[in-house]
Amino acid sequence: MGMNGKHSKGLKGHPKTWRQEVAHNWPLYVLVLPSIILAVIFCYIPMGGLVMAFQNYKPWLGIRGSEFIGMENFKQIFMFKESYQAIINTLIIAVAKIICGLVVPIVMALLLNEVRHAGLKKGIQTLVYLPHFLSWITVAGMLRDILGLDGIVNSFLQKLGVDPIFFLGEAGMFRQIVVISDVWKGFGFGMIVYLAAISNIDQNLYEVAEMDGANRWQQTIHITLTGILPMIIVMATLSLGNVLNAGFDQIFNLYSPLTYSTGDIIDTYVYRQSLVNGQYSFGTAVGLFKSGVGLLLTAIAYKLAYKFAGYRIF
Amino acid sequence: MKVRRVSTGRKVFIVCNTIFLLLMALLCVLPLLNLFAISLSGKAAANSGMVTFWPVDFTTMAYEKTFQNANFIRSIAISVARTLIGTFFSMFVIVTAGYALSKDFRGRTVLMWFFVFTMLFGGGLIPSYLVNSALGLKNSFWVYIIPGAFSCYNLILIMNFFKSIPKALEEAALVDGANFFQILWKIFLPLSKAGLATVALFIMVGNWNEWFTGILYMSDTKDYPLASFLQVIVVQGNQQDLALDPTSAAAMSERTIKAAQVFIGALPILMVYPFLQKHFAKGIVMGAVKE
Repeated sequence: MGMNGKHSKGLKGHPKTWRQEVAHNWPLYVLVLPSIILAVIFCYIPMGGLVMAFQNYKPWLGIRGSEFIGMENFKQIFMFKESYQAIINTLIIAVAKIICGLVVPIVMALLLNEVRHAGLKKGIQTLVYLPHFLSWITVAGMLRDILGLDGIVNSFLQKLGVDPIFFLGEAGMFRQIVVISDVWKGFGFGMIVYLAAISNIDQNLYEVAEMDGANRWQQTIHITLTGILPMIIVMATLSLGNVLNAGFDQIFNLYSPLTYSTGDIIDTYVYRQSLVNGQYSFGTAVGLFKSGVGLLLTAIAYKLAYKFAGYRIF
Repeated sequence: MKVRRVSTGRKVFIVCNTIFLLLMALLCVLPLLNLFAISLSGKAAANSGMVTFWPVDFTTMAYEKTFQNANFIRSIAISVARTLIGTFFSMFVIVTAGYALSKDFRGRTVLMWFFVFTMLFGGGLIPSYLVNSALGLKNSFWVYIIPGAFSCYNLILIMNFFKSIPKALEEAALVDGANFFQILWKIFLPLSKAGLATVALFIMVGNWNEWFTGILYMSDTKDYPLASFLQVIVVQGNQQDLALDPTSAAAMSERTIKAAQVFIGALPILMVYPFLQKHFAKGIVMGAVKE
């Protein structure tokens, strides 16, 4: 992924005809072949399977034998209270994650930039990057323990005279727990791009500003923050594509029937409808609704990121 | 060098900022420390919630019991196998394609869009499940390896690494009569070792942590990798089936054993983390913000 606006020039330019192209560049096509085969089998053929969203799919009849029912499954998405609620939950959780996932890393990067001691800076970085690499299973295991009735949070509250709270069973707290734990896991890693952008800022600007009498706060706003603005714009626009991604791995391992009302998201709903209740077509229709909207949003996001920051995917 | 006068306000800020950042950094590892302390604590202490960040009534019983569990060992073996084979296969697929796509040739743009589209849209859960089942991947070890081997994101990362290698080297080799395969093997691979190692480590971590495939495609829990095994223990709270014989389970604290198992699951990540951390910042930046 690059931020350069210009196209890279080739080794020798394009040969005139396809015959010349193949004669000259056939090894390149051979090298791409494994990827093409895998992408076709595991990405494109399943896309063809999406027709079952328009069917009343029965496993014993298969996709060829199942009856087409048009848009019936899609109409039901907004008629069922559960699926409607899952869409609402997805939007709330995903948007909260996007906003926090932008703001916290930016603020932390700016604060870390004020640390002048190189060893200290490095040490802090080493610790805050770590959670990103832990799996959601590990994190869910820790959270379930920490937030459990005998967990460390409750034993702390008990000392303050508060009755134990079963945090992960409280529908009213579930979204907050999800968003906070997501920020905890990802903010350090999210800082990397901003720290890189900060290190690319011309140091002379600060000296000039100092001579002009700008204080540290003004320098941070007008030089550092302005300097990383293109990166912020790129990250913000690209996150638009995640408006329907509330995080399956995380929520699947934290939620329970007690918290379905606030925590059930599209992906977990699809999983239960399809694999637990056997509503294959309906589950696929909900999934297609999600990936269709997601595709549209991502396309818009890339377009905007290209327009405002010259960002290109490849 | 010019001596800079530091105002009192600035000093206060520096101190507060440093303390705040240190607290945030600690916050990132304390939960792990708590888990580790619980795993090494006695049953009574763990169950009464007395353990914070240091073991109480130190004992390694939870680990001993865990490693006596044949199913646990088996799941580790499956995880190791899938991580090694999966990473190797994945790297083979994306390095070859990444190299080719770092060149400018006629079909490149079409191919890039063909690959990028897989990042933007997909068939979703059930259609993928049907395809994988039709291919006979259900209850097969290869379901851990093949369907997830191709990743457009990693492909683009590798492609950008290769693009940063000076063209002159390749042109000289072409003049000397080397073909594309030789150039990839003899010039590009040795020159981008650090970058490739970073991506490989990322893929390894991803493979080790992946849990959903096992749950979805394996009907027997004996075929689960460690991540899926842990998912069942942690989330579904099912100890009888996977963990211990009932008698020793009664004598042990379920909590300390769970903590030990989750900690063991995270251990390989903690072990490769120093290597990962050394390279990834550079790798991410090179891949994400080239030039």
